[in-house]
Amino acid sequence: MQESTANQVAANATSSFSEHLQRDRPDLLPYARPLPAGSGPATPLQVPHATTIVAMSYGGGVLMAGDRRATMGNMIASRHIEKVFPADQYSVLGIAGTAGIAIDLTRLFQVELEHYEKIEGTLLSLDGKANRLGAMIRGNLPMAMQGLAVIPLFAGFDTTAGVGRLFSYDVTGGRYEEREHHTVGSGSVFARGALKKLWRPGLSEAEAVSVAVESLYDAADDDSATGGPDPVRQLWPVVYTVNRAGARRVPETELAAVAGNIIEARSSARREA
Amino acid sequence: MTQQFYVSPEQLMKDRADFARKGIARGRSVVVISCEDGIALVAENPSPSLHKIGEIYDKIAFAAVGKYNEFESLRQAGVRYADVRGYSYDREDVTARGLASVYAQSLGAVFTAEQKPFEVELAVAEVGPNQELDHLYRLTFDGSIADENGFIVMGGQAEKVSSAIAEGWRASLRFRDAIRLAMRGLITDTEAAKAKALPVQAVEVAVLDRTSESFRGSRRAFRRLNEADITALLSEED
Repeated sequence: MQESTANQVAANATSSFSEHLQRDRPDLLPYARPLPAGSGPATPLQVPHATTIVAMSYGGGVLMAGDRRATMGNMIASRHIEKVFPADQYSVLGIAGTAGIAIDLTRLFQVELEHYEKIEGTLLSLDGKANRLGAMIRGNLPMAMQGLAVIPLFAGFDTTAGVGRLFSYDVTGGRYEEREHHTVGSGSVFARGALKKLWRPGLSEAEAVSVAVESLYDAADDDSATGGPDPVRQLWPVVYTVNRAGARRVPETELAAVAGNIIEARSSARREA
Repeated sequence: MTQQFYVSPEQLMKDRADFARKGIARGRSVVVISCEDGIALVAENPSPSLHKIGEIYDKIAFAAVGKYNEFESLRQAGVRYADVRGYSYDREDVTARGLASVYAQSLGAVFTAEQKPFEVELAVAEVGPNQELDHLYRLTFDGSIADENGFIVMGGQAEKVSSAIAEGWRASLRFRDAIRLAMRGLITDTEAAKAKALPVQAVEVAVLDRTSESFRGSRRAFRRLNEADITALLSEED
């Protein structure tokens, strides 16, 4: 009798917010509603899709940047969407795929990390955070099978090892640690090509910001679903850096100057690509 | 079959209340002070890891005295309540009033329905943009809830500590003065000590920073101060 009470208490003790929701409020989880099989439309659902995210390491930390476009089929669904978010003090995540689910998943992940921190009184390790994110993406697998996939990119500063680290995921929640740089989303092929030429070890933070913006520029050049810097509306990519001091959003003014330099360099070169 | 003795409801409630009061009186005290910089929470607590003060949400903190296992389960329940609410509505929809009323209901239910009442006393504090909008709620073992002004003192020697704090409390206190005042006030708690204030190792201190957004860039106002932080803060000159 006593033993079973102890077991019950132990089983109920969870520091995970998503586990708590799964148990008590499954209706609040973004991925707990598999669509009925066979009832899906013949053509994939028309919902906004978030596109290209790039991430790279630099001397002292990691950086993540995302363009500002969401598309729905051949239409632009949003020019202002933000796809890179701070997850907690020492990590950021970027999302590509079905925007509605991705944004809710991001919110859930942010609460998950904060919840753990408040219950346990200490931060989750970077590997722990990466694994939790993988589990959430796996939770979304039934929806992904029906065309509503979410693919994140996760970057953070490992405070014990003292280095910035990058993680990519597949749709089944598989987690892969990346070195140097990685890209996800529809324009990722072009951004990756640009990064291969622009990135080098030991970039300074300012250089890394410029490399990120330029690789997104190249992605937007060839992928219609990725938005380039927009001087008319004064829209610039969202860029976060994470280092020993924590995550920081690069201010708009800085990005405007960086994007301005790139546009100027490209237009004065007067070349096709 | 043995006949149970009749016990009047008044007597039953009184016995339970006495039992809970006795449990709480054995513990060390906690002080929660609203001041100009925000809200300071100071507990006499020699353990650096078993906390009596905790973060609940962006602007909300929790402090407790009594049995650790009981208030810890209430703290965790509070964090879950706040996180679920903030996730399903919005972050600004989580208020100390809502949380305090949930606590009051759970404490009340345990007091009347369970084998034994919780031997705890809680404080729920919410920092506002200015001092008039600070909220301090005191919750007792039977589910009573009180909206307090200025400061809350709970625990073993609450009355003695409370009179010491009342003497020194002003709305214009800075964090440094409020923590000093609390550490001086808490000394009446331990009869043996003849020092002017408790040593830094014997207290647990946290603050709810009124200006966390503008100065630290964080919507989370709660900040736990470690020994070095407290020493640095207390040695600051005017």
